[in-house]
Amino acid sequence: MPSNKSVSDAPIVQFTNCRILRDHQLQREDLWVREGKILNPEKLFFDEKGSADIQLDCKDSIIAPGFIDVQINGGFGVDFSLATDDFKSGIDLVSQKILSHGVTSFCPTLVTSPPSVYHQVLPQITVRNGGAHGAGILGAHLEGPFISKEKKGAHPEHCLRTFEAGAFQDLLATYGFLDCVRIVTLAPEMRRSSEVIRELTKRGICVSLGHSVANLSQAEEAVQHGATFITHLFNAMLPFHHRDPGIVGLLTSDKIPAGRRVFYGMISDGIHTNPAALRIAHRAHPKGLVLVTDAIAGMGLAPGRHTLGQQVVEIDGLNTYIAGTKTLSGSVATMDTCVRHFQEATGCSVETALEAASLHPAQLLGIEHKKGTLNYDSDADFLMLNDNLCVQATYIAGEEVWRQDASGM
Amino acid sequence: MKLIILENYSQASEWAAKYIRNRIVQFGPGPGRFFTLGLPTGLPRDHPESYHSFMWNNFFKHIDISPENVHILDGNAPDLQAECDAFEEKIKAAGGIELFVGGIGPDGHIAFNEPGSSLVSRTRVKTLAMDTILANARFFDGDLSKVPTMALTVGVGTVMDAREVMILITGAHKAFALYKAIEDGVNHMWTVSAFQQHPNTVFVCDEDATLELKVKTVKYFKGLMLVHNKLVEPLYSMKEMGADRSQSKKPYSD
Repeated sequence: MPSNKSVSDAPIVQFTNCRILRDHQLQREDLWVREGKILNPEKLFFDEKGSADIQLDCKDSIIAPGFIDVQINGGFGVDFSLATDDFKSGIDLVSQKILSHGVTSFCPTLVTSPPSVYHQVLPQITVRNGGAHGAGILGAHLEGPFISKEKKGAHPEHCLRTFEAGAFQDLLATYGFLDCVRIVTLAPEMRRSSEVIRELTKRGICVSLGHSVANLSQAEEAVQHGATFITHLFNAMLPFHHRDPGIVGLLTSDKIPAGRRVFYGMISDGIHTNPAALRIAHRAHPKGLVLVTDAIAGMGLAPGRHTLGQQVVEIDGLNTYIAGTKTLSGSVATMDTCVRHFQEATGCSVETALEAASLHPAQLLGIEHKKGTLNYDSDADFLMLNDNLCVQATYIAGEEVWRQDASGM
Repeated sequence: MKLIILENYSQASEWAAKYIRNRIVQFGPGPGRFFTLGLPTGLPRDHPESYHSFMWNNFFKHIDISPENVHILDGNAPDLQAECDAFEEKIKAAGGIELFVGGIGPDGHIAFNEPGSSLVSRTRVKTLAMDTILANARFFDGDLSKVPTMALTVGVGTVMDAREVMILITGAHKAFALYKAIEDGVNHMWTVSAFQQHPNTVFVCDEDATLELKVKTVKYFKGLMLVHNKLVEPLYSMKEMGADRSQSKKPYSD
């Protein structure tokens, strides 16, 4: 029964028999979608005298906003830090495959690379909406090369750089192209980082602190200049010390400017962080926790050797090390695995676990008015999950773009 | 009058719900044959506590009613009296109200027919009593200045025209109003008392609401519960009734 068409002709779909994540709780409500956005059924009923054209029974699934992965280096054999000829089809492949992990939007991440790689790769990354072709691209995450030598982790030392000569101009020259860039990870103890952070923030680029030996004051100063994110908390930074908590201290710092929140990425694959450490962070600052995969090219593939930018990594089960060392380099966990592991390790509610992968990344990027929630007028990017938080179906703009088939593939 | 006394709020609500269900099923609604359910109206639209939101969240979104069949007085209409008159016309056009369901205020008002309202009044704009404004303040963060002072309401006369009236009264704070409504005379200061002159009224209440009634009254009606419960058992279903619509059983009157 269509509406009186006073607002729109488009078909209205009503998802029934489900529990939706709204206002931080799972509520027994129907989800209404029209023209790719979540619709307000009360307005539809009274103002347009409308009702659903199609009703779908969700068999008591949980409906949650689609996951947003802000740190993913590649997957399924594709490495975003490698400037190959078929880079575009590589990014398309990953964006299509991660739909089955529940990711509906992501930030392709480039690790420390020589300028030539940035100059070739960045112009090929376009911010675009998701759909049946794959998850939406929110913009690139550039992790490095302006990071600390002591905390380079898996990043190649010969590509590390500083910007002490020309500050922002150096950065611009290295990357070459900033239009599609959404997040930049840098070490704030580097000279002239404040200018760079201010300039990036002015351009709407989210600045993240990581791969750094900064102490707490340096980190707080960086936040005051505009930094809002911490790249994979605990990893590649000084450990928490009770007289100088370092970057980790930002979670409970009292020097964060009013009205701002510091978010922090956590790779909850069970390897990068001990569950006890995960719990400490979560309890100290639950609203800032953002789940990321930090997935590398080997994600989704059989164990063995794969590349991560200029390095070779070895995958054995869930462990990913620089070949021949014990240095962790990225992960092969999928986003839905991270959500489940996070929920188990912290014992938090299902709602909290789901929000750490959807609402919080959306808030970090300042897009929560259209992504990361099931509020009226948001983009209809959502997932159907069972009670074990396994993704059964993925929807982007109200269209089903992936479904778990009966064989459990 | 049938006075149905249940133990508590939940039981009273459930009895009322079952009764309404049976009434709808026995009526046998269909295309062109509407079961018109009347309900009191209230606050202006566009407020989270508006009647529209209340009705949507508590009723409409759970059933398969067509939006065209929902008529709620619009407090934002440009000509309020015309809106009220049109509402009366819509009731006539739908064949009159089959069953009106309402509650009463502590001052004995039905819908927003405050003390002093004419017992033959029709749908109109009504100024609200201080008591009502105070009671509604909780919906506006306790800020009295934000509470609307006028409301559109069906009149006492409008409700009297319904073929059946059901009033739900629960809680000790309504006890005095219930006493005034059924044990005292018909009085425009307690507008619910008008239904003493209606041929088909059902009052559903809980124990607490009977606190001001005579023990004799309460015992009398509790004694009738065996008979009154036949109105809700068996619980009819639309699917069964489809077959024998011709022998639809009318509920007995007083």
